[in-house]
Amino acid sequence: MEGNVKPGEVVVGADSHTVTYGALSSFATGVGSTEAAYAMVTGKLWFKVPEPLYIRVDGRLPYYICGKDVILKILSEIGEEGANYKSMEFFGSGLKSLSMSDRLTIANMSVEGGAKNAIFPLDEITLSYFKDLGMHIDIVDLGFLKPIEPQEQKPDIVVDLSSLEPMVSKPHSPANAVSVREVEGIKVDMAFIGSCTNGRYEDLYQAAKILKSRKVSRDVRLIITPASKKVLMKALKEDLIRILVEAGAIVTPPSCGACFGGHLGVAGDNENVISSTNRNFKGRMGSPKANIYLASPLTVAASAVEGSITDPRKYLGEIA
Amino acid sequence: MSSEVIKGKVLVVGDNIDTDLIVPGKYLTLKEASDLGKHVLEGLDPSIPDKIEKEGIRVIVAGRNFGCGSSREHAVLAIIGAGIKAVVAESFARIFYRNAINRGLIVIEAKGLRNKVRDGDIITIDLDKHSITIPTGEEVSFKPLPEEVMKIIKAGGLIEYLKKQKETKEATR
Repeated sequence: MEGNVKPGEVVVGADSHTVTYGALSSFATGVGSTEAAYAMVTGKLWFKVPEPLYIRVDGRLPYYICGKDVILKILSEIGEEGANYKSMEFFGSGLKSLSMSDRLTIANMSVEGGAKNAIFPLDEITLSYFKDLGMHIDIVDLGFLKPIEPQEQKPDIVVDLSSLEPMVSKPHSPANAVSVREVEGIKVDMAFIGSCTNGRYEDLYQAAKILKSRKVSRDVRLIITPASKKVLMKALKEDLIRILVEAGAIVTPPSCGACFGGHLGVAGDNENVISSTNRNFKGRMGSPKANIYLASPLTVAASAVEGSITDPRKYLGEIA
Repeated sequence: MSSEVIKGKVLVVGDNIDTDLIVPGKYLTLKEASDLGKHVLEGLDPSIPDKIEKEGIRVIVAGRNFGCGSSREHAVLAIIGAGIKAVVAESFARIFYRNAINRGLIVIEAKGLRNKVRDGDIITIDLDKHSITIPTGEEVSFKPLPEEVMKIIKAGGLIEYLKKQKETKEATR
């Protein structure tokens, strides 16, 4: 996310979430560490060209909906192997209202549906993202990345952004996602904001919108882990960290953090966790007896304040 | 992998066995297959590693989407380390499937097998005939692995394969 990958490139990484780079209009897919080593030595790997799974995005993203809600909605429709070996290809008028941060989250979790990769077209949002990084993208040879016109392609899935509800994945699968209304009130012991899915500056900003002048419930430990040093430094500079810490959040050094149960916040037996991460597999964040719910940074922050799973609109002024 | 036939006791597992179930995150600091093998599928049931060792299980028979989730090769290493010679599933998640081949673990997609066998059954997998014989004598056929893939598996994995290729190149130079 810091200028290493450009549109039109073929990228492999020894991490299943390498698919994230599809938001930058690259073909990016995860491999094992052996294949990553092979690619480094030879510069080559074999691939079968994936079949497309066309996803048309309509409408406009409401302010209380994040990229996370969009991908959880898609996963709830296709299931955890619904995109196996396929390329998720996004098009439609709704893309205009999806920021690069939203796109990164959506592409990131395409692998939770089994996708080989996800790809967003090269448009104004992509170009302005690279401009902000101080990079010029020469689009002369990148015509193949231009957006598909909605009338040109029959979609496999249609997502209407305007009518989306905040989504929550119930244990033990990311595809087991439902509207937040169906799980509201479930008591929360630990809340986590971070990871390659939702640990960017924009995600910390979303959390701060809810946490500003509020307090985390005394029964909840809210752990926030910026995804990189760059994210942490920017959040420090923009005074977000102060807002988060004042609200009672524990802000840790940058890393993957609690996402895979390695360190910096391991879930205990019978604990309920709400997390902005990508997988709620049994045992993923520590104890196999913990229940993990996945949601957007807005929903995680709102639930941390409430002490139970909560619709973020409650704290954004949408519902009383 | 000299033999083209694998014969052994099976362990039957369900659908969507993810990499966190195969090797929970807390063991990712382990590097040796033999150490990882002591914890294989512990996330699914803590008694499995013991069961595999005591009963001499050699084949895992699974449902759909085996190995979904992380790209961690530890998942493949743990299976190899536990002494498992092959995994037969309805279908595999793609990164796990590639990792298995690249580490020399036999992975076979055979539809319907998991409903025909039970824990402890002895099956015979014939890689040349692309068929699996179950205790009733019935044969379940499967699509053969591509020749190139078999070369990688037989070499003992992708790194060994690469080394072999390099040696051949140097010998013919």
